[in-house]
Amino acid sequence: MSEHDFLVNAAGRRVPRVVNGVEQVPYQGVGGYEPKGSKHGPPIRSCRDYPADGDKRVADLKTALQKCGLEDGMTISTHHHLRNGDRVALMALQAAAELGAKDLMWFPSASFPCHEPVMELMDRGVVQRIEGSMNGPLGEYTSHGKMRGMGVLRSHGGRWQAVQDGEVHIDIAVIAAPTADAFGNADGSHGPSACGSLGFALVDSLYADHVIVVTDNLVDFPCIPWQIQGNNVDYVVEVDSIGDPAQIVSGTTQITRSPDRVLIAEYVARFLRDAGIMREGFSFQAGAGGIALAFVQFLKDMMNEAGVKARFVRGGSTQFLVDLLKEGLTDYILDGQTFDLAGVASIASDPRHVATSPFTSYSYHGKGNFASMVDAAVLGATEVDTGFNANVNTHSDGVLLHGIGGWQNCLFSRCTILAVPAFRDRIPVIVDRVATLTGPGELIDVVVTERGIAVNPKRADLLEAVKGSTLPIRTIEEIKAEVEGIIGGRPEPPRLTDRPVAVIKWVDGTVIDTVWQVEE
Amino acid sequence: MSAQARKAKAGEAGRRGADVRSDCWASVELADGGGIEVELTSKVEALFGTSLRADIADTMRKAGVPHARVRVEDQGAVPWVLEARLEAALRRAAVTPKADPRPPRTAPPPEGTSRDRLRRSRLYLPGNEPKFMINAGLHAPDAVILDLEDSVHPAEKDAARVLVRNALRCVDFQGAERMVRVNQLPRGLEDLDEVVPEAPDVILVPKVESADDVLQVHARIESIREEKGVSTPVWIMPILESALGIENALAIASATDTVVALTIGVEDYTADLGVPKTPEGTETVWARSRLVNAAKAAGVQAIDSVFGDVADEEGLLAWGVRARAMGFEGMGCIHPRQIRVIHRAFAPSQAEIDRALAVVAAFHDAEAKGLGVVSLGTKMIDRPVVLRAQRLVARARAAGLIPGEGKA
Repeated sequence: MSEHDFLVNAAGRRVPRVVNGVEQVPYQGVGGYEPKGSKHGPPIRSCRDYPADGDKRVADLKTALQKCGLEDGMTISTHHHLRNGDRVALMALQAAAELGAKDLMWFPSASFPCHEPVMELMDRGVVQRIEGSMNGPLGEYTSHGKMRGMGVLRSHGGRWQAVQDGEVHIDIAVIAAPTADAFGNADGSHGPSACGSLGFALVDSLYADHVIVVTDNLVDFPCIPWQIQGNNVDYVVEVDSIGDPAQIVSGTTQITRSPDRVLIAEYVARFLRDAGIMREGFSFQAGAGGIALAFVQFLKDMMNEAGVKARFVRGGSTQFLVDLLKEGLTDYILDGQTFDLAGVASIASDPRHVATSPFTSYSYHGKGNFASMVDAAVLGATEVDTGFNANVNTHSDGVLLHGIGGWQNCLFSRCTILAVPAFRDRIPVIVDRVATLTGPGELIDVVVTERGIAVNPKRADLLEAVKGSTLPIRTIEEIKAEVEGIIGGRPEPPRLTDRPVAVIKWVDGTVIDTVWQVEE
Repeated sequence: MSAQARKAKAGEAGRRGADVRSDCWASVELADGGGIEVELTSKVEALFGTSLRADIADTMRKAGVPHARVRVEDQGAVPWVLEARLEAALRRAAVTPKADPRPPRTAPPPEGTSRDRLRRSRLYLPGNEPKFMINAGLHAPDAVILDLEDSVHPAEKDAARVLVRNALRCVDFQGAERMVRVNQLPRGLEDLDEVVPEAPDVILVPKVESADDVLQVHARIESIREEKGVSTPVWIMPILESALGIENALAIASATDTVVALTIGVEDYTADLGVPKTPEGTETVWARSRLVNAAKAAGVQAIDSVFGDVADEEGLLAWGVRARAMGFEGMGCIHPRQIRVIHRAFAPSQAEIDRALAVVAAFHDAEAKGLGVVSLGTKMIDRPVVLRAQRLVARARAAGLIPGEGKA
């Protein structure tokens, strides 16, 4: 059996049986796969091996990596709370390169344009592959077959699940911390590089063999509050700067100005109102995309008009969610990551603005998780097909574009809404077959476009609920046909080779689809 | 090939560059042999490369050009946009097409509009910018204006004409009235030749100063309608933009029975007065009142100018409310977000609607009973009051403001 043995999974997608030497379980349908056994555990450590005075500082990252026993082929993990301002992931990988390490696996919770220099490390053989997200130039690099190992894309919940399963064993976790003490307690809500929650790094701190905290704001013990417990940390490294504050959080989050997107946002809000989802004590999740932010503005007016408030909202927190909290329109913000200065200030000061983690929100191996308890989630997509299956990972031409983020996990909300333009320039969003399958249509309830709202026929209850509303409810086929009339017919299928370059994992660790190398 | 074509052997049209969206740049260099050589770069090459090449070949065939080097830089132009750019490039190369170069009509067939249609909002769409045209109707303005005048660079007038013509044939404006603002006369008359065969609903004529301007436009429109068999009406909306135009407002409004509305261009008007334009608009109050009065005297609608600050929605609302109080029935929009604000400004108040519904009900009641006199409570209701109430109810219904009839 090799990476060139394929089988067809329950979604009808051809997937490799082996990825990076590890045998895979093909996707078996939503809830179809039940893993057994015990969770993976980190090695036993004892306090006698750590300084009694709690001072775990070492001179620099290189020293820390050496002390962690860096070897060729190891897995180094980082988190993405510093977003496009992150300096620590590159610092760690470059320090490993200077120590002569080869064939590393980089396991970020997401990658950003600032991580482009990793391509050079891959060219030099320092990094063998990325299991995380491959965006922009990294996506091009992977799609053109330049990465030696196969990429693995996981959702935020899936990353936690993979670590708990032992599918990914983190040798060394390098955690960028906007504030930390010498013991390793760390937090993201204060300091010159404040980023809000550090929730994505929690799993790394709990399960890695070795944990290094890197900070540019060392405070005397205790670091209050702490989200990362120093008891899980091996070494603390002080550096001048962990990131570029201007790129970590935006000063103000911009709402979309595109009239078409504003229209989509308005339809989303009206749908939530008219379907009766917006009611006293409801909950919703909104991301930081332009449409998601704009729909909150419309919904806010409707909530005020109807005199209802939410019990909780989930973010990606921004000024717009913070305003809801301040104005008494929600009791809580359950925050997965913090996108702007208003969000950072709020999570640092308001006890009703609570940091969550991919475990509480998303993980398949939790005894339940928050995602399925949310009344509505408003998400984006690059493509959706007439069976409501959606793609967030590749362009229509099959080139890797985005990671999964929390997208797959959010599909488990009671009403999952994809808010998407019906086409972008000449590129249709509603298609016969998505280039890459990220999420199955049975979990996608509504597709809202500027040309109408399609409700999944499986959700007869929602169709019934909006009967008599003035919303433009149409079938997805009607919207697709209208768009094809505008753009001049159906596009050609993507031109792909038979060589897999990455796989898309479902939330349970099974392989839902394959990303193929594109034809040159 | 004509003698003229031998002189100008090349032409190009459209827009190029990374910031261009939903448009393309096309260049045609005529050759003496070698067939059609196509150099195409497109951001949708992987999805529509075959279709783009077929479309280019087809356009050259219709133009009767057997040999040429055709270069296209495409940023996701839909077919009617690509064809408009190629056609403009061919025209600039002085090629007279052999076959009808127009794309097949895919927009719904024109149904014609009524004289006194609701014209609260009319959304300006720059005539050489296709990306705003495709989704314009989704924002539900009462009308769209495909603009060939001020929003089009003088060097691009010919290309914009082709694009606007194709838009009239291919874009579904979702029930919005389709208006075209032509250029100032005499160039505007040539614009008519291109657009009137496509049965636009209204022609906006800029800088009208006399009844004669309207008559010239009217004559040209009617002769094209007859020649091309355009059966739906093509109304005229003169734009008064000078002191002289305002002075002649009544004559202009009454010039032909195809004039449906008068409107004002305050930028040029204030320039003509030699005063700055202010946010309060005090300097145009007289002209606008004069226009309203002349329009009403002639039995046509009075439509206000545009409000320039897109971000200032409160200012726009206040302006609209004042304009309605002066007798205007609508105004222009330079951005889709202004549409809903304008509709709100021109919507009757709930008290007005309730009163009008009561008057209309009393009228029906009197009719049913065969009474000659309509009365409401202790008051006798005059005929004009009933008519005004009926109009108001119709407007309110169109705006979705009649209780129990659904709200957007």
